[in-house]
This record gives sequence, structure tokens and C-alpha cells, in this order.
Amino acid sequence: MTAQLAEKGTHARVPAPRGPLPPARSRTPKRERAFDDVPRWQIYLPLGLYLLFTLVPFYWMLLFALRPAGSTSLVPWPLTFEHFDKVWNERSFAVFFQNSMLVGLATLVTTTLIALTGGYALARFDFRIKNGFMLALLCSQFIPGALMLVPLFEIFREMRMINSLGSVIIAETVFQLPLSIILISGFIKNVPVSLEEAAWVDGCSRLRAFLAVVLPLLRPGLIAVGSFAFVHSWNHFLFALMFLSRQDRQTIPVGLNTLIGSDSVDLGALAAGGVIAAVPVVIVFAFIQKWLITGFSAGAVKG
Amino acid sequence: MAQAAAVAKHPRAGRRRTGTGAEPRRLPYLLIAPAGLLMLGFIAYPVLSVFYYSLQNYNVTKPWKNGFAGLDNFTRVFTEDPLFWPTLGFSAKWVVVQVGLQLALGLMLALLVNQTFVGRAVARALVFSPWAVSGVLTTTIWMLLYNPSTGMSRYLADLGIGAYGTSVLSDTGTVFWAAVVAELWRGVPFFAILILADLQSIPKDLYEAASVDGAGRLRQFLHITLPHLKDAIILSTLLRGVWEFNNVDLLYTLTGGGPAGVTTTLPLMIANTGIEGHDFGYASALTTVAFVILLFCSILYLRLSKFGGDRT
Repeated sequence: MTAQLAEKGTHARVPAPRGPLPPARSRTPKRERAFDDVPRWQIYLPLGLYLLFTLVPFYWMLLFALRPAGSTSLVPWPLTFEHFDKVWNERSFAVFFQNSMLVGLATLVTTTLIALTGGYALARFDFRIKNGFMLALLCSQFIPGALMLVPLFEIFREMRMINSLGSVIIAETVFQLPLSIILISGFIKNVPVSLEEAAWVDGCSRLRAFLAVVLPLLRPGLIAVGSFAFVHSWNHFLFALMFLSRQDRQTIPVGLNTLIGSDSVDLGALAAGGVIAAVPVVIVFAFIQKWLITGFSAGAVKG
Repeated sequence: MAQAAAVAKHPRAGRRRTGTGAEPRRLPYLLIAPAGLLMLGFIAYPVLSVFYYSLQNYNVTKPWKNGFAGLDNFTRVFTEDPLFWPTLGFSAKWVVVQVGLQLALGLMLALLVNQTFVGRAVARALVFSPWAVSGVLTTTIWMLLYNPSTGMSRYLADLGIGAYGTSVLSDTGTVFWAAVVAELWRGVPFFAILILADLQSIPKDLYEAASVDGAGRLRQFLHITLPHLKDAIILSTLLRGVWEFNNVDLLYTLTGGGPAGVTTTLPLMIANTGIEGHDFGYASALTTVAFVILLFCSILYLRLSKFGGDRT
């Protein structure tokens, strides 16, 4: 299924061969107008409204983060960074940021490496439990992390990993793996086996051939899978909330939750915390968004 | 997995039995071992242990009562717990409303940004951006918008809309829609991205042919676009439904299941019972019930929607 759909995705990008052009070329533009003549206002008006719905909340957060406490101005002027200073230093977002980064990057690395080996096995070998393994990967999509909290908590308590970032890294990796393996095996399938075989004939070992020939071609796929793993673990809240109770081990979402839950919410600090939480994700999103729409999303959910 | 996988054999595979080169027969197992072991340990084992604990009295704060409980926990879920049925009802309402609205808006958005117009790339990036935002960050942003003293309501009241000091999150009448709007804000891009990806795979010739035959835009949508999107829509609504059912980040932080428990979903109730109430046995029984309901609904949905059927 994955391969078929992946193929479909490629078709979307590569225009299908059209055959010979119609003899009367002058008619083609007219026809195109016939099915693509949506009046401009029918695009810009609804799109503008939706953009307003999307962007006003972001603006609201920036506004609260940048204007002085108590101000009701609708523009962040005079500009102040007092809220950032407060959240970063007094509310220990500096520590949370570091923890979140550590969890995000570690999850990225472990997920990508493990998914790479698993994906390679699925793409290049036929073996007895292959279909069973594939089925397990698909089924695990339906197993929610939230419902696994209690048994996972028990496991990590027995491993004495409560309050260790390792517990969150393991949990995030495990729940990221199935999707990542399915995706990466799809990407590897798209690399012709003949390329690898040529390298073997030249005397490369399987590993050398993989590293030298296949891996460079997988770069866009790896970037997508890695970004996905990073964004997910950066955003994930529940595992960190349950497994990390010591304040110096908490992550950004847990820190935000503490700000939200305090009796008199400091809105300026909350907004500044939100901006800090958003920045890395926005950067990653800007990086991958174009690619997201073409191949990745199709494979991601339909895998 | 219809197509046979290309089984590639390394030329030296058969000969070298020792040293670095593991022969292909063992190699795939070695390659899936890390993923397999992690999933066995941290997905399969927890699932089994949930089933096991659901038949036990297991409460950290009442260790003297621990032991085999038979089906007591399940009897308690269905007959004694006053919270279970309302919670289940709210979960269903939440999932149906969220998935329905997200699909409708996501479909419209995808159709819009699939058109050719000036500024399309920027518009796409902007409308899709909430996709990457977490539940807690969504809560943060919407808390700022909803707060009664300096939020949106103050500025709307300045314009004569509504009253000053309106607190949509503490009123049982408005809290549902307040939470729905916040979740829509970050949920719609998911559908929009997926549907857009699928829209781009529809051959343009179909539309050309249809418009030559005199079909208007609505008929083209109903007879070409929708049938083509069918499988993608079924699968994405199912996955999103499961996801919305299980996802607790937003409701946990935005409403905490309140006011007066009116926004408590089943997973939220499980988290509260298990982690705050330390009643692991009962939480496990609730989890088992949630599993069965999810599985049943998923299968039913796939059957009723005839997934993968009549595609030409």
C-alpha cells in the first residue's frame, strides 16, 4: 500500500506525459480558463478570513509578550523584553529549554537511526515475520500514549528512571518509531536496488554501499522524519508531566502548564513562555513545510 | 504490500559466515531487532499489563486491598461509576464535532490553496502553520484570547459586542465551543495538508473533459474531486478520530476537564484516576474499555464507509 501511494505522490509532482499536443493549440488556453476561472474574490475573501483566524492568535501572543504588563494597547509599543527576562530566568525556562532541546535532539537521533535499520530491512529483504512486523507497526498507530501512561509509569519506576530525561526519550522514541519506519522503508524502496548492486560489484560491503550510495539519496526523507520526531517530542506534554516531577528536569510544555495553572496567571510571562516554546517549532516548520505537502504527508498517514 | 520486495543478495553473502558480514538470512532480523525489542518492551508489554491489571485490585495508596478482583473493576465502570457514561458521551461528542468541522474546513482550505493565485506559497505556509503547534501552546495562546479582563472579549465589548468580563472557559454553556474553536485552530491544517496532497494527484485532464462536457464547478467537485478523495478522507478522519479521542493535552490544560466535569473525556478521566487517584487497577479497566470501544468503532467505521471499495 505504501509503495502504491508513494508512487501516486510522485505522479503529483511529475506532470504526466500528455501525448501529442492537440493540433489547434489556440484552443488550449481557452479550455484552461474554462475550468480554472474562479473569480479572484472567491479565493481571496475566504482565504483572508481564514488567515485572520490563524494569525490573530499568534499576534495576540506576541502582543502580550512584548508590551508592558498592564498595557491594553493593541500594538506592542513601547516594546519590552521584561517578560522574556522574567520567564527565562525567574521561571527557569532556561532550564526547561535545555531539557526540551535535549529530549528533542535525542529523540531525533535515536528515532532516525533505529528507523533507518528497520526501514532498510523492510525495503530490501523478504523474511518470515515481515508481514507480521508490518502489521504490528500499523496497529501500534492506534495505541494511544495517553492510555499507556499507567503501565509505562510502572515500568520506568522499576527501571528507576522516573525523573530521568531518559524515560521521556525512550517513550517518545517508541511512539515515533512505527510511523518513521514505515516512512523510511518507503523512501528506501524508491532508491533502485541496482545502484546498490553496482556498488557491491565494485567491492563495497553492504554497509559501505548503503552509506555511500543510498544514504545521500535519503537526505530529504531523513530530514522529514527527523523533523517530525523533533517537533513531536518537543511538543509532547503528558509523558514529561508524568515521568518528570523534579522541577529542574521539566520540559517547556510542563513549564507552560505550571504558568497556566498558577492561581493568578501572569499573562505577560505566559505569552513570553509561549513564544519561547514556539520558536524552534516554527523554524523547523518553515524548513520542511514545502516538502510536507508533496510526499511526506501522503505517506505519513496513509502508510 | 502487494508487490514483491526486491530481495537483494550481497555477492559475498553466502561465502562469508563469520566476521562482519552477517548473511542475509539473519541480517533482516538483526536490523529490525532494536525497533522490535523497544516496541515489545514499551508497547506490547504495557498493553498486556493493562489487561492484567484490569482484573486486579491495585491501588498504591491501599496496598492491603491488592489482589485478584475478577470482573469487579468492569462492573464498577458500567454500573457504579456516575462519571463513566457522561464522560463517554462527551468523548463521542468531542470526536464527532472536531473531526466533522476539521474535515469541512480543511477540505475548503485545501481547495482554496490548490487554486493558482498570487501569493499562494506564502498563504499555504501561513494557514498550515498551526499544524506544528502543541496542545499546551494552543492552550497558552487561547488562554490569552479568552481571558476575561484583557482578552478578546474586552475589545469586543469596546465595540459593543458582548459584555465586559465574559469568561467563556468557566461557563458550562460556552466552554465546549471555546475548546472546540481552540482545537480547530490547530487541527484544520492537518486535514488541509493531507487533502491538498491528494488533490494534486487528480489528473487535470478529468476536469478538462468534464468542462468540455459542460459540467459546472459544483458537479466537477461532486463527481471528480470527492470520489477521488474518498479513501484519503476515510483514513484521515479515522486516524484523526482516534487521535482526538486519545489526545488530552489541550483539554487537560485548557479546561482541566471542568467546569464541573463537563469537558472530561475518557482518557482524561483515566489519567486522573491512575495518576492522581493512584487507582491503577480501576484505571486499567477504564483503559481496556476505551481500547475495546476504539477498536469496535474503528472497524465499524471502515466497514460502513466501504474503505478501499469501488475505486475506479
